Amino acid sequence: MANESFEPKIVGFLCRWCSYTGADLAGTSRIQYPPNLAAIRVMCSGRVDPTFVVKALRDGADGVLIAGCHPGDCHYAEGNYKAMRRFPMLLNLLDQFGIERERVRLEWISASEGDLFAQLVKQFTEQLRKLGPLNWQERIEALCTNL
Amino acid sequence: MAKPKVAFYWCASCGGCEETVVDLAEDILKVVAAVDIALWPVAIDIKLKDVQAWKPGDVAVAFINGAVRLSEQEEWVKLLREKCSLIVAFGSCAHIGGIPGLANATTKEQIFANKYHLSPTINNPNGTVPQEHSKVDNYDLELPFFWKDVKTLDQVIDVDYYLPGCPPPPNLVAEAVNAILEGKLPPKGSVLAPEKALCESCPRNETKPDDLTIASFKRVSTSTPDPEKCFLAEGYLCMGPATRSGCGERCINGNMPCRGCFGPTPDALDAGLKLLSAIASRGKADTTESSQVLADSLADPLGTLYRFSLPASLLRRRLVDLHENS
Amino acid sequence: MISLTIDGNVVEVEEGSTVLQAAQKLGIEIPTLCHHKSLLPYGACRVCLVELEYSWGTQIQASCTYPAQDGLVVNTASERVLKTRKIMVELLLARCPEVAPVKQLAEQMDIKEVRFPKKNEDCILCGQCVRVCEERMGIGAVNFVNRGREKKIAPAYDRHSPICMACGACQVVCPADCVDLSKITKRTLRPIPLAFDEGLSGRPSIYVPFAQAVPNVPVIDTNTCMYFQKGTCQACQEFCEADAIDFDQEDKVEEVEVGAIIVATGFELFDSSEIFRYGYGRLDNVINSLEFERISHASGPTGGKIFTKDGREPQAVAILHCIGSRDENYHEYCSRVCCMYSLKFAHLVKEKTEAEVYNLYIDMRAFGKGYEEFYKRVLGEGVHFIRGKCAEVTDVPETDEEKGKLIVIAEDTLLGLTRRLPVDMVILSSALIPGSDSDKLSKILGLNCSKGGFYLEKHPKLAPVDAISDGIFLAGACQGPKDIPDSVAQGAAAAAGALSLIDKGKVILEPITAEINEERCSGCQLCIANCPYAAIDYDEEKRVSVVTEELCKGCGTCVAGCPSGAAHQKNFEDEQIFSEIEGILA
Repeated sequence: MANESFEPKIVGFLCRWCSYTGADLAGTSRIQYPPNLAAIRVMCSGRVDPTFVVKALRDGADGVLIAGCHPGDCHYAEGNYKAMRRFPMLLNLLDQFGIERERVRLEWISASEGDLFAQLVKQFTEQLRKLGPLNWQERIEALCTNL
Repeated sequence: MAKPKVAFYWCASCGGCEETVVDLAEDILKVVAAVDIALWPVAIDIKLKDVQAWKPGDVAVAFINGAVRLSEQEEWVKLLREKCSLIVAFGSCAHIGGIPGLANATTKEQIFANKYHLSPTINNPNGTVPQEHSKVDNYDLELPFFWKDVKTLDQVIDVDYYLPGCPPPPNLVAEAVNAILEGKLPPKGSVLAPEKALCESCPRNETKPDDLTIASFKRVSTSTPDPEKCFLAEGYLCMGPATRSGCGERCINGNMPCRGCFGPTPDALDAGLKLLSAIASRGKADTTESSQVLADSLADPLGTLYRFSLPASLLRRRLVDLHENS
Repeated sequence: MISLTIDGNVVEVEEGSTVLQAAQKLGIEIPTLCHHKSLLPYGACRVCLVELEYSWGTQIQASCTYPAQDGLVVNTASERVLKTRKIMVELLLARCPEVAPVKQLAEQMDIKEVRFPKKNEDCILCGQCVRVCEERMGIGAVNFVNRGREKKIAPAYDRHSPICMACGACQVVCPADCVDLSKITKRTLRPIPLAFDEGLSGRPSIYVPFAQAVPNVPVIDTNTCMYFQKGTCQACQEFCEADAIDFDQEDKVEEVEVGAIIVATGFELFDSSEIFRYGYGRLDNVINSLEFERISHASGPTGGKIFTKDGREPQAVAILHCIGSRDENYHEYCSRVCCMYSLKFAHLVKEKTEAEVYNLYIDMRAFGKGYEEFYKRVLGEGVHFIRGKCAEVTDVPETDEEKGKLIVIAEDTLLGLTRRLPVDMVILSSALIPGSDSDKLSKILGLNCSKGGFYLEKHPKLAPVDAISDGIFLAGACQGPKDIPDSVAQGAAAAAGALSLIDKGKVILEPITAEINEERCSGCQLCIANCPYAAIDYDEEKRVSVVTEELCKGCGTCVAGCPSGAAHQKNFEDEQIFSEIEGILA
């Protein structure tokens, strides 16, 4: 499936305090990272409803990144722990739906880790490029047409 | 004045929904007094051509139960949509896919392989499988086509109302029929059941601790829940918090956690994901590793969270690589 | 009360007072040697003699032991008193000609010749050491031994005392400064370093932390105070005229409700011993910047004189910039203040000594108002500037000239030479680093740290004083290395920020709080357990969960965790996020 010219689409749910600020720092520090990730700002990684992730995959994303403060550093004390607990359960479920676990990542990015954020996006993009497109809509239509 | 005509039809279903009509008991007499039953395959012999002869609007309402899996079912429901003024998706299968919808967790090929070859009780030396067209003694025989995918009724035709439940409880059915007869119907597309989730009416809600935490998940197949306590507090996955109420807590009263037959509440896009989010948040795990252990203790999340609603869920079905399957 | 007359003045004192105390109350000075406020009256030295008048004549008595009596008439400076006192001092001077307080008294009394057999003892046998050990410490490790001419003070059997605690009280009280602790005990005195002097000087257990301490009152270090350790001493109580010493006071944890918090926890100095090659902590006279700051300060341990450890004035001083900062092995950032204080040090050394001064720098960063001018001035003072980082400080000489010196080895990148500079003192301009417990505080207050570990401001340009959490402000070096003017400016801004909140008396909530649709809430209460702020309560009557908006911080965790979708987050509604997703993927 590997396709060098394939540009994966990544939706990133970034917590407003750490990860979004970290991404911002990558920007203000002029650190280059692939434009494949589009960020959605949420107040906390604990706000990320698994529905958001699934909705993104359904609507055409090839990968989803959830990023929050490092454990113990959550601006809201423990929101990131909730994200941490939901995540493996969501992956187990996606697995059963035939969606590769590698398409969804949960990462801890602090406000000062702009370089790490850039590196992560770079690496995730490469990973998804190797994995190939998800093409959920197309594939589900093929399965649901009555033939 | 002529009595309004009513049709009942069944698709991929178990027949339980037919029972619920019978379960109206004496009230069925009131129904019969008020309406004429134009179609009811389980009770009266009406052929396809009879229905084709109906004029649009002849029949006031069709209650259709069962998910849609066969080409024949598609043909019938499309025909009923054409002839009937109102279509009511009756029961979980028509509403959200129901138990037959779990077939979407696998493939048609696998189902056929199991059913006609692999199952230990099968003796099929010639490898016979159902064919759409076959010739027996010079007769052309035709079987309905078995689709790759199970669909809810509204994925095939336009549906006016939904009566949820496996099966819908008689009081909801009676209320729905009355509403139709009296013309006091809610907006089109409504689910004819309360909007709040089941905890609202659950007799065990009061036993739910303030700081509910789940250390690991238990299954009713391997241990027996306390007959008084909130199931979640004990670690049994209960769909109640994410499922519409109105069922009469039949499962709860049988010491069985809610399995979700009434489908999602109106604000939830996907009840399975909503419940996953809710229960995982209350998990007792503070590291990536322990979170994984907690998640792994929930066996078959897809089958548990979408026992009744897989075809209606956001992801609808298991994705299969088209190449690997052809 | 007792009334007596001293030198013609009537004075009233409490019963049990001594004549000496009565005289002191009148401000009449009577010389003493063996008297100590915290010890019982003893009357050994006889220097405090006074004349008492009776109907039958007069009598000479030691004022420190003689009790004040009603109607007593005392002369402290009569001819007879002065004559007798003079003989006592002459006797003392004969025994201890070199002891400072005795010499001083002799001088005051104009004693030139000593008519008694001369000895050269250093102990005046006042017994203060004996008494403090017995009375105050409850030990009695030393006492008088022998009699007459052989009388001396020693531990039992003249052997090292097993009971002496080496507390040093005897040394403190000895007026002749003649206590040799090594003869009393094998234990060694453990001086208590004064933190403000970077441990360069010691302090007692009761002390004022530093000259400008607020409040400027003494504190007792319970870890070293003999009262708290052994239940003895309490000598300080005798000295405090205001009777303000209260041993029952305890550390209190006070809870204060506030509307704003200013974090101004400052910095710590990089531990230069981490870089072995610079010899800090290993070689004498390699000191860090704060130590030099104390040495050069008028109130410091040397009274502002710049000395090496052995008390010499240095002939050459090297100041090494960027120790631990601008260094990828330690801290990448620039500590900002070091260049300028290094210039100040160079200037001070030049001003106070004749020494040659070498500044070894990577880049000179004289960034502020008037700073470049100061740099030029120091250049003009003949300070040597060498562009290059020091490679090593060693005490291994290669030439005679280097013997007994510290040798600073560095590459002079402008000359293209490796230089060996023999100096007497090396000052390390060490990095400013975040406080060692800044992580802990950051977790308590919900702050974030930037890359170097200093607290992160809300926005580097638009909110440089605000912490990420509302109502918390940052001031000074806890936010990043900065000099005094910048710290003052930031402190003022933080105070203004805090005040603007307090002044309003109300907080403007961000419109992102959660709300629960009571028409749809089933009362499952999972949100209540999920809320870290206890902002959600269960309404027993309506049987729904309700958000208290003022307590809600708007994290949205309850919304994501609401199984029925009844919880919403304002301005972060599910529908809005779905639209964002759709927009991104369109």
